[in-house]
Amino acid sequence: MKVRVEVFLKPGVLDVQGKATEAALTGLGFKGVSEVRVGRVIAFDYAGDDRTAAENEAKAMADRLLANAVIESYRIEVG
Amino acid sequence: MLKSAVIVFPGSNCDRDCAVAIERSTGSRASMVWHQETKLADDLDLIVLPGGFSYGDYLRCGAMAALSPVMSEVKRLSDKGCAVVGICNGFQVLCEAQMLPGALLRNAGLKYVCKPVELDITNSQTRFTRAYGEQRQAVMTVGNGEGAFFADEATLDRLEGEGRVVFKYRDNPNGSSRAIAGIVNAAGNVLGIMPHPDRAFEAELGSADGAKLFQSVAESALQLA
Repeated sequence: MKVRVEVFLKPGVLDVQGKATEAALTGLGFKGVSEVRVGRVIAFDYAGDDRTAAENEAKAMADRLLANAVIESYRIEVG
Repeated sequence: MLKSAVIVFPGSNCDRDCAVAIERSTGSRASMVWHQETKLADDLDLIVLPGGFSYGDYLRCGAMAALSPVMSEVKRLSDKGCAVVGICNGFQVLCEAQMLPGALLRNAGLKYVCKPVELDITNSQTRFTRAYGEQRQAVMTVGNGEGAFFADEATLDRLEGEGRVVFKYRDNPNGSSRAIAGIVNAAGNVLGIMPHPDRAFEAELGSADGAKLFQSVAESALQLA
């Protein structure tokens, strides 16, 4: 199974990369863009076909390493 | 005689600076310890986590180093009261290892900031600041791209209320919450500091103010012995 963990800074934590990207997009003439956030994706293959197990493992990975709970939140996709 | 160790992670680049700073400041030589080490001497007075780019800053600054084998020993000795100083990347490692609260974010101006900064010594009663005496300000050099200290408001209130904010920037260079440059843990034996005392230990470097930080630890170690 393909697993994706998306990590973003929490709402309320200033995302300066997002702000700079938003300003650059606006500068390029793209209108109507707001609330740009820059995050990262950690993608991996997970053995077996137990979706619940994959989700639980990915959650444990995010809690222990992939995200820093002080500043980040995450979302898991199993496909 | 101060017994100290500087931890060397792959990508550390201030490890030698720290060793020289400790020796010139205190007269005692530091041992260099590779991060794979699984045993640290029980009688260490000071462990320094140096600046640099441990593991290339992969994933998050300090995240990989926080999981290095040596860190369980750093925690063990820290629990026994050994002084631990994390400088710059070392501060990030201490936060990632949850030995200090908060986290370090990308600088507000998005730029890597490298310059001398003026600091207020906001608590001169810690084992890292005693030697400053009546001196209430210090100059050290910052060199960071992700040096903006962040914690939630309740944590910031607690840190300030408990006197655990030890250094503040007089002119905040990176958007740190409440201009915080250095904090200690609840027990007072673990310090994280973004500016480099190891780049300010003699006048030829532009400032000798960092030397007193290492001298404070040495004096405290003598008193504790």
